[in-house]
Amino acid sequence: MSVLVFVEPGDELSLQALSVARSLGEVRAVSLDGPYAPAAWAAAIVEAAQDSDAIVAAGSDRGNELLAHVAARLDQPFAANVTAVEGDVVTRIRWGGSLLEQARLHGSPKILSVAPHTQPAAEAVPVERLELPADADTSVRVLETVAESSGGVSLRDAKVVVSGGRGVGSAEGFGIIEELAELLGGAVGCSRVVTSAGWRPHADQVGQTGTKISADLYVACGISGATQHIAGAKGAKKILAINDDAEAPIFASADYAVVGDLHEIVPAISAELRRVRGQ
Amino acid sequence: MRILVCVKRVPMTGGKMVLTADEQAIETRHLGFTISPHEECAVEEAVRLVEANGGETVVLTLGPAETEEQLRDCMATGADRGILLKTDGADWDAQSTASAIVDAIRAEEAFDLILVGNESADTGNYQVGIRVAHALGLPVVNGLKKIELQGEQVRCERDAGGARDVYVVPLPAVLSVLEGLNLPRYPSVPGRLRAKSKPLAVVEPARPEQKLEKLRLVVPPGQGKQAEILGNGPEAAPKVVELMQQLGVA
Repeated sequence: MSVLVFVEPGDELSLQALSVARSLGEVRAVSLDGPYAPAAWAAAIVEAAQDSDAIVAAGSDRGNELLAHVAARLDQPFAANVTAVEGDVVTRIRWGGSLLEQARLHGSPKILSVAPHTQPAAEAVPVERLELPADADTSVRVLETVAESSGGVSLRDAKVVVSGGRGVGSAEGFGIIEELAELLGGAVGCSRVVTSAGWRPHADQVGQTGTKISADLYVACGISGATQHIAGAKGAKKILAINDDAEAPIFASADYAVVGDLHEIVPAISAELRRVRGQ
Repeated sequence: MRILVCVKRVPMTGGKMVLTADEQAIETRHLGFTISPHEECAVEEAVRLVEANGGETVVLTLGPAETEEQLRDCMATGADRGILLKTDGADWDAQSTASAIVDAIRAEEAFDLILVGNESADTGNYQVGIRVAHALGLPVVNGLKKIELQGEQVRCERDAGGARDVYVVPLPAVLSVLEGLNLPRYPSVPGRLRAKSKPLAVVEPARPEQKLEKLRLVVPPGQGKQAEILGNGPEAAPKVVELMQQLGVA
């Protein structure tokens, strides 16, 4: 089986996709450069894949987008965020990973993206740079990239994230969350309830429709633990949940638990941190 | 301007996924329903654009008869009318969903803007908007957190790891959006009352053969951990700090 795999240079998720591609057959790795133009890049991939039995990419923003364009051009099904392939049956994630689906992927070539962080990374292979076809439509392309004002530690890359949910009670209530995050050199996060209420900006949301974190420690304060939230938090190595409801679902996803009122517990942790540091 | 927003009815899953005995669906007997978060923002954006520029917001969905509830919710927050592509409740894969949406769009007067969520909360196929755009020969931009109308074109911004990529495309266009685009309003009581009498068209498309054919759903392993209890109340603080030191984060 010949497998065309789209690779973004220096992208860890592409190497994870490569390991699935390799398990399927003989791999031809390709990439493109120049301003990102999804429809035109997809046209180049389709042209290169004329003799391919499968087309694979990472389940990243661009990987999923390009394969959707490829599938639309070829009028073939596309299985996004696959975790396993056996013959023509794929296992793929639903609900941001809270549920799995087994499905039969009909059609040819097989078009699939690989769910992030579900596979080991393969060793890099030589990558062939594709040219855009002469008639490629580049009208939709990145025209410029503007810098975002950086507000401290990024949520995605922070080693510690201290996060608040409905239990925090108000926008002002986040003062104690911010204080602890700052002491730990971490980032402030929150649940969807909090952004919907306007207490914090959406950029702070941890969840399926927010940021997916990869912290060493996630401290979830007053967060019930809806699957929408856990989908963004489970990338953390350890989860500490602080909640006054001992039955809260968050405790089924947490490694450590403190039961009680976050309004007392969080400042006590900050005070203890200062004490042991001799501040 | 005429704007179409495509939405999908999904259960409010709460804290735990429980499957039906045949493993074909989530057990929803005790669950409410909503639309995907990205789509709530799509509806809000459409309503704001029509408030500012005049025109009409049409909200479209494919789903069982009960999906009228979600269309009425959208009408309560400002959509003007609804189109229900009624099914018998069976899943439709992304390809057949897109194809039914395209047929419905072709039966309407042309739209200036078609808004979709970047991916649905449940199946997460990441492709319906792109397939619709492709079939209609329209430009499509994905993953948007900012949309700015500039006459006959639209400027779009998309997160790109600490920066934002900028696209400018002519109308008509398909735009797929993310939560964070705006802060959706809550429906008012008068809004809910008005929604009851807004027009709703029902079409029953035929379900084609499924090319991404769901076989069964599986709850992934690793759910239901037993958390180690460090203590109760503020007295647990020393143990928490000890843990943070062990993990090398304090």
